[in-house]
Amino acid sequence: MSEEEITISPLQQRADDLQERFAEQAVDVLVARGEITLEVPREHLITVCTALRDEPDLAYSQVMDVCGVDYSTYGEVEWETNHATTSGFSRAVNHNEEHEAKWLKDRFAVVYHLISYRHNKRVRVRTFADSEFPVVDSVVGIWNGANWFEREAFDLFGILFDGHPDLRRILTDYGFVGHPFRKDFPLIGEVEMRYDAEKKRVVYQPVTIEERVNVPRVIRSEHLHGVDEAETE
Amino acid sequence: MPEIRNYTLNFGPQHPAAHGVLRLVLELDGEVVQRADPHVGLLHRGTEKLAESKPYNQSIGYMDRLDYVSMMCNEHGYVLAIEKLLGVQAPERAQYIRVMFDEITRILNHLMWLGTHALDIGAMTLFLYCFREREDLMDVYEAVSGARMHATYYRPGGVYRDLPDTMPQFNVSKWHNAKDVAMMNEARSGSLLDFIEDFVHRFPSLIDEYETLLTDNRIWKQRTVGIAAVSPERALQLGFTGPMLRGSGVEWDLRKKQPYEVYDKLDFDIPVGVNGDCYDRYLVRMEEFRQSNRIIQQCVDWLRANPGPVMLEDNKIAPPHREDMKGDMEALIHHFKLFTEGYCVPEGEAYAAIEHPKGEFGVYMVSDGANKPYRVKVRAPGFAHLSAMDEMVKGHMISDVVSVIGTMDIVFGEIDR
Repeated sequence: MSEEEITISPLQQRADDLQERFAEQAVDVLVARGEITLEVPREHLITVCTALRDEPDLAYSQVMDVCGVDYSTYGEVEWETNHATTSGFSRAVNHNEEHEAKWLKDRFAVVYHLISYRHNKRVRVRTFADSEFPVVDSVVGIWNGANWFEREAFDLFGILFDGHPDLRRILTDYGFVGHPFRKDFPLIGEVEMRYDAEKKRVVYQPVTIEERVNVPRVIRSEHLHGVDEAETE
Repeated sequence: MPEIRNYTLNFGPQHPAAHGVLRLVLELDGEVVQRADPHVGLLHRGTEKLAESKPYNQSIGYMDRLDYVSMMCNEHGYVLAIEKLLGVQAPERAQYIRVMFDEITRILNHLMWLGTHALDIGAMTLFLYCFREREDLMDVYEAVSGARMHATYYRPGGVYRDLPDTMPQFNVSKWHNAKDVAMMNEARSGSLLDFIEDFVHRFPSLIDEYETLLTDNRIWKQRTVGIAAVSPERALQLGFTGPMLRGSGVEWDLRKKQPYEVYDKLDFDIPVGVNGDCYDRYLVRMEEFRQSNRIIQQCVDWLRANPGPVMLEDNKIAPPHREDMKGDMEALIHHFKLFTEGYCVPEGEAYAAIEHPKGEFGVYMVSDGANKPYRVKVRAPGFAHLSAMDEMVKGHMISDVVSVIGTMDIVFGEIDR
């Protein structure tokens, strides 16, 4: 038996097969932690998803989850810890003033988790949407179960799904403004609600509390628990 | 002649049969539902966004509050995702404890479902029976974690502490005299495992009690047989998982098909329905009671025979022992770092799924290497089930809407997140 034959794991084999199958659509196949991720260019999303559902050796019959991700502050920290400081982290920290973006791809991604009951396999599909005007084709026609998940991604991230039958807000309040899970939407929100005794009704007003960070977001370079991608396989 | 129009009815959000805060806009033709439009989000708390602003361990408590009738299962999904990112695995004893509590939670959840489902359709007694048993299991929760519901017991790397040797006892009060109290404390005289074993022995006859009241009951069958039947193909298309999928005849259970923790070492069966209607889903869940009971018994036997650690000895993610902190500087520093800053998780993404009592509960986690998750997405089974509401109730009578809500086992904590 030659050496290459021993080293290729079933997972890597699956990934290679997928890479080959979708080479025409310029799909990137990533393997990490025992999971396969397909990065699909958004213009080929429907073609790839239809193939994933219909081809007998793929047969991803169900979409388990659809979610949006906003990568705009990926890798940014509130407290630099690479060098020793004399100041430490002050509690009521002001958010980063100026910083260069660490994320170089498009800002928004839509992530689909698919499952194949026939082959007992999972795969993750990720497609990036335009940063300014995020639109992705809807997969409701392929998997009906994606309906509410896409509505949720629209509501929370403002990602539009082209071809969705009923793209309304779902989780936020009636008349809500903004997309709360975007990284530039503050955790404390924009407005608060109270009862106005004079007007005798509930009114909205800008928030009166200040956001504060109790535990800074830090990235420690020495991951004592870091595991090599190859080892987790 | 007056114009005949469809009638639009608001069902909820304050209707007791809406199981929380479901606002359902029903379009009726007489008593027949033409269209159902569920409005959800009234309990939206932004759990996922909150989790992004906290160190990993501080969000475990939020997971309890998602599906607030199956608390520990939610924690399980969350800690599994962290463990996958960290590349660690809990000690075997912790895995058995987790599996045992997952099954206790499954019984808790199904008891809640059975009691309220039956109550909605008109069987009052069952509600009282189910809550009687829930009380025992709540005591188990309390004994192990200190809280009756929101336990925060699972941790990345194991569980918070080992099972206690004693059970809390009842005291004499003006409602219970010494003789009553002695009787009530009989099962509680031993350890937690003794109490659970006592429950496991009692429980099968109690399930028979529930079944006597419902399974062959004419009214129960009239209200559930043939109601909201879903074909296996549609169930897959609509994203059904768990008992909703098995009720439609698809044999799928993550505990068997993609075993996590120690499920592959345990002996149990997967019940599957035939017709995919409310009655079949009822039968599936009733059988799951018995199977969960079997699993708990096996876990109790194993846990009795195999003492050992319940948490990783790795102080980078698990806090050191309290005694060590008294004399060891390094342990003190570890404790301080863990409880102020938390631990950093290697960059990457992971999706961990468990067989939650309601279906597949998945947590998709993206880490950029920081001490807080970059994105947490909770895949709640109830969310997918409720989205099929329109299809399931179309053409049924308005009273069947209540049966359908019951059969979906809806809890708004997880749907609205």
